[in-house]
Amino acid sequence: MPAIFQSALHPAGPQAASISHLWWLMFWTCSAVYVIVIAALLVAISRRRMDTRPSDGTLRTSVVTAAGITVVILFGLLFASVATGRAVASLGAAEALVIDITGHQWWWDVTYENPTPSLQVKTANELHIPVGRQIRIQLKSSDVIHSFWVPNLHGKMDLIPGRQNLLWLQADKPGVYRGQCAEYCGVQHANMALTVVAESSDDFERWIMAQRQPAPPPSTPEQQHGLQIVERGPCAMCHNVTGTVAGGRTAPDLTHVATRSTIAAGTAPNTRGYLAGWIADPQHMKPGAKMPSTGLSAEELQAVLAYLETLR
Amino acid sequence: MMEGATADPRLEPAALAREARELARTWREPEGFIGWFSRIDHKTIGVRFIVTAFCFFMLAGLLAAAMRLQLAQPRNTILGPDLYNQIFTMHGITMMFLFAVPVVLGFGIYFVPLMIGARAIAFPRLLAFAYWMFLFSGIFLYVMFLLNVGPDRGWFSYVPLAGPEYGIGKRADVWAQLVSFTETSGLSVSVCLIVTIFKLRAPGMALNRIPLFVWAELVTAFMVAASMPSVMVASGTLMMDRLVGTQFYNQAEGGDPILWQHLFWFFAHPEVYIIFLPAQGIVSMIIATFTGRPVFGYLAMVLSLVATAFIGFGVWVHHMFTTGLPQFGTSFFTAASIMIVVPSGVQIFCWIATLWSGRVRFATPLLYALGFFMVFIMGGLTGVMLAAVPLDAQVHDTFFVVAHFHYVLIGGSVFPLLGGVHYWFPKIAGRMLSERLGKIAFWPLLIGFNMTFFPQHILGLMGMPRRVYTYPVEMQWGALNLLSSLGALTMFAALTVYLVNVLVSLRRGAVATENPWGASSLEWSTSSPPPPYNFHPAPTVTGREPLWEPDVAERPVVIGLSADKRDVLVTQLMDAEPDHRKEFPEPTVWPFLTAVAVGGLYIGSIFTPWAVVWGAIPTTIGLIGWAWPRKGNQPRHLEREIAHRHRAAAEHA
Amino acid sequence: MTPKAIDVSRLPAYAFGHRSIMWWGGASLMLMEGAMFAMLIVSYIYLKGRSPEWPPGYFAPVLFWGTLNTVVLLASALPNHFAKAAAERLDLRRLQLWMCVALVFGVGFVVIRVFEFRSLNVWWDSNAYGSVVWTLLGFHTLHLVTDVLDSAVLTALLFVGPLQESHFTDASENALYWYFVVITWLPVYAFIYLAPRLA
Ligand code: HEA
Ligand code: HEA
Ligand code: CUA
Ligand SMILES: [Cu+2]
Repeated sequence: MPAIFQSALHPAGPQAASISHLWWLMFWTCSAVYVIVIAALLVAISRRRMDTRPSDGTLRTSVVTAAGITVVILFGLLFASVATGRAVASLGAAEALVIDITGHQWWWDVTYENPTPSLQVKTANELHIPVGRQIRIQLKSSDVIHSFWVPNLHGKMDLIPGRQNLLWLQADKPGVYRGQCAEYCGVQHANMALTVVAESSDDFERWIMAQRQPAPPPSTPEQQHGLQIVERGPCAMCHNVTGTVAGGRTAPDLTHVATRSTIAAGTAPNTRGYLAGWIADPQHMKPGAKMPSTGLSAEELQAVLAYLETLR
Repeated sequence: MMEGATADPRLEPAALAREARELARTWREPEGFIGWFSRIDHKTIGVRFIVTAFCFFMLAGLLAAAMRLQLAQPRNTILGPDLYNQIFTMHGITMMFLFAVPVVLGFGIYFVPLMIGARAIAFPRLLAFAYWMFLFSGIFLYVMFLLNVGPDRGWFSYVPLAGPEYGIGKRADVWAQLVSFTETSGLSVSVCLIVTIFKLRAPGMALNRIPLFVWAELVTAFMVAASMPSVMVASGTLMMDRLVGTQFYNQAEGGDPILWQHLFWFFAHPEVYIIFLPAQGIVSMIIATFTGRPVFGYLAMVLSLVATAFIGFGVWVHHMFTTGLPQFGTSFFTAASIMIVVPSGVQIFCWIATLWSGRVRFATPLLYALGFFMVFIMGGLTGVMLAAVPLDAQVHDTFFVVAHFHYVLIGGSVFPLLGGVHYWFPKIAGRMLSERLGKIAFWPLLIGFNMTFFPQHILGLMGMPRRVYTYPVEMQWGALNLLSSLGALTMFAALTVYLVNVLVSLRRGAVATENPWGASSLEWSTSSPPPPYNFHPAPTVTGREPLWEPDVAERPVVIGLSADKRDVLVTQLMDAEPDHRKEFPEPTVWPFLTAVAVGGLYIGSIFTPWAVVWGAIPTTIGLIGWAWPRKGNQPRHLEREIAHRHRAAAEHA
Repeated sequence: MTPKAIDVSRLPAYAFGHRSIMWWGGASLMLMEGAMFAMLIVSYIYLKGRSPEWPPGYFAPVLFWGTLNTVVLLASALPNHFAKAAAERLDLRRLQLWMCVALVFGVGFVVIRVFEFRSLNVWWDSNAYGSVVWTLLGFHTLHLVTDVLDSAVLTALLFVGPLQESHFTDASENALYWYFVVITWLPVYAFIYLAPRLA
């Protein structure tokens, strides 16, 4: 499988870039401090000649000088930190794209805000963003505290019940960036990832237009059977498929599930095999996940898979 | 005071020997089954604290080994998520609450009275109570863990994850009561230490002559007293939210989950310095002894300790930088967190100056102190990085933080403690540890440590969050994790050697003299191990390094303390002039019984709020039994005393 | 050569105030308990700051019982003072007398406290405001009850037990602790009863 990028040291946006500059500044400064202090220590313990023992006055001068240098360095670092903080908190671009993200145990509910409600887009666990545009992400939680973190783009920000937090970010390079919940949120905290696809404005517009469509009607009998099971079976209790009667809101929106690259919030790639495994026995793949076993027969499972594959 | 000093027939060797025999009878520790539960000597209790805490260290270390096993490979299946989450929580709380804090207090309990030349610790029964609370807390936690109700919400047990709605079952209650237990214990110990250091110092040990280790314990005790109440409030309110439906942390009813984080970190940040400061004290003692000179810059060292404590109460928000607090506020906490580097730096510089100007002897304790420098400074520097809000936003809650705090905790505290064990083992056990085995353990420990935790910095930057029981293959975190796990294995081997050294030397080590290292502080002026009454005759002090002062042989001693009762000299706060004598209590089993009652109350209240009411009854009985004076102990001179008072008052009028 | 010596056998066998270790023990205890009260009050202020109205959705507590109790409590400082003075004079008779009087005050206070809880106008599980108010009052009551029990035991000891000089120091410390209970009550009273009326 290809390597997936989830690194603070490979910035793909201005926020992450400023922070990585701060990191390298810190890294080199602190490395130098470390080397110098340890060198002084090594010299101190390896001195054999006691006749050159320094006087207390010399020692005092040295300690005071070292403390003075420490203070100066610290002021420098403090300044750099505050300046970086200013730079990454770019607030209030008027034409920013607004995305609502709500954390759930253990998946991400994503809504693209639009003044016209019918143009809002709901999806889950995967974000598409246009390159070069500011994104305003509004973070909420429906249960416990989570933390939104896509290191290539920005540092993390918590999703806290009863509050709304803001995070501004922007991608400079097209690419697929992985993110992961960074606040311990219970048994499946490890499998609460999300994917951010940064693409050109044109691609993004195409994507969002497609997402606004209701689910395409099934064409083959097997797919139709699959839809029936989704609508009448347990799926519809929790999942939404726009354009069908499935209208649950407590689990990821499935209207365009086939366009996403992973299932179960990054637990596995979105292939027919994994999807089958997941639907048949979610507790095996992600023990503790809120999705119960569906108890579908093998034939029903195939029908549901066939239907889900049409949700593009 | 010194002018009043006279030669005295009571100082004839024969008289002294007679008195020593009587003191031994008076201060004897009780024997037998009940006697064992009744002991109150600070050395007995101190050793109990230290040994118990190291047992918990080993347990938590074994849990760490289990975690490292699981994380050694991507998508490993040795531990499931439920068990992993219990294990990392158990590891964290065992290390913090059952190892690090009790062990640093334990060293204080054992050595503070000896270093200040006192005959006993203040409130010895309270101290015994504190030990039993500590022991019960650990037994309670591990029994619960074996019953599959080990806490699994992380060592800071954030709400709402640990609240009534999402923290179903009893696991979060176990966390809360573990905290209640250990904090009751810690607060009790801090009272004993504060009062001992203020009031029981040997005549002449003015504030500016207190050994640095004692200063560190004093500052620590105050930090305990000021910070632990915060977490008591937190755990109490959490219990109430869970048990009787209060709404402190329920945002739907006006509560707030962030309040929890404030209360917790207002305690837990000072807590890390509680763990760290006494270890700094140990480093000071070791460096002075093995350079043969006093630590350079006594005043600067003391002020640094005090400054660290004060600033330490103003930085807690650096654990909450990603909760979306206002930017201006967080900058303040960045500044405070960065300021705290200055006192740490000053201490480091003073130690280096000491080493620079002293005659260094490379005994094993010093080796551990040097390990402390290598490791702790690195951890401190990553702490500075974490204090920068934007950088913290990237690495918060990742393995970078895990690396930071293991560098500071193990480097800043465990290394000095292991060195401290080497240093003081002869005093406690009367036998030397093997230098050779000590060195054999040291190097793999240092290397294994860096192998375990250095790669975790990189993992954090590469995006690996902490507290994940598994990770996908594609993340390419496998190799570094494997290295880290191999490092943990190395540490395990090294610590096993260390343990073997302790166990073997206990029986076969070379017999220790009074002062095997040629150190300067008072604990080295009494026998190894010290008698129950610590000193006879009780010492006085004329300088900062009592055993190195030129007047060591002709310094006056204290006489006139009764040998037929537990008479202790109380001195004045500032300059330690003798003030009065205080009769100390006899051993008794009541503190143990009270601890049983309080423990029952704490454990019962996991299940029903009525346990507080019913548990109060035996607790009250226990306290009354504890305080009730023993019959026949009536001092005849009390009537005389009262009569004397009245006469004096009449004359005055 | 025989070393020189400092003879301490003439020093008294007890001391009051900050010379005594009991005093320092008590002071440390009060520091901790005070810190707990402070944290609860900080929590109160924090929750108040997060709420658009205060008290949220309920009437402020009725003033009568709480104010009555404040008066009783302040008045109790008097017998307490006499008890402390008697203890420090080693005057057993007076000490017994004033301990008994102080105890009566304490019991009265606990009784009135029951009515106070009933006048809060909110339950502990109604909302966070109710929780913090009940906890504050409950925590103070805990101190009250403990100190009353403590005084009762000490008074009993003064009458029946074998007398020791430490009982006088204990009585003096007990009186000091009662002052602490009185003094912590004032901010608690202010926050429970007055703060909701100021908002
Ligand atoms: C012994 C314990 C200990 C000690 C001493 C420290 C010391 C410091 N710590 Fe650390 N810390 C922890 C234990 C400790 N910490 C723990 C347990 C956590 C995690 C809790 C959890 O989340 O589970 C934590 C987390 C933590 C965070 C939060 C990270 C996060 O969760 O995102 C931060 C952020 O500011 C921080 C900062 C610091 C700083 C600035 C110091 C400073 O005091 C360090 C000062 C020392 C030095 C810098 C080295 C010596 C100085 C010199 C040689 C002078 C020259 C230096 C310069 C010029 C820079 N620590
Ligand atoms: C003083 C504190 C302390 C100490 C000493 C340690 C020591 C170690 N810690 Fe710990 N750790 C914490 C405090 C500490 N830790 C805390 C607070 C957390 C956070 C928890 C949370 O997130 O809630 C944490 C979390 C933590 C994690 C992160 C888990 C996660 O987020 O998923 C990891 C992972 O590697 C880890 C590893 C280790 C290792 C390998 C050691 C090693 O150094 C251990 C070395 C010890 C031994 C190996 C034992 C030796 C045993 C013997 C000699 C006994 C032999 C006896 C017999 C065979 C009978 N620790
Ligand atoms: Cu959601 Cu961790
Ligand atoms: Cu901190």
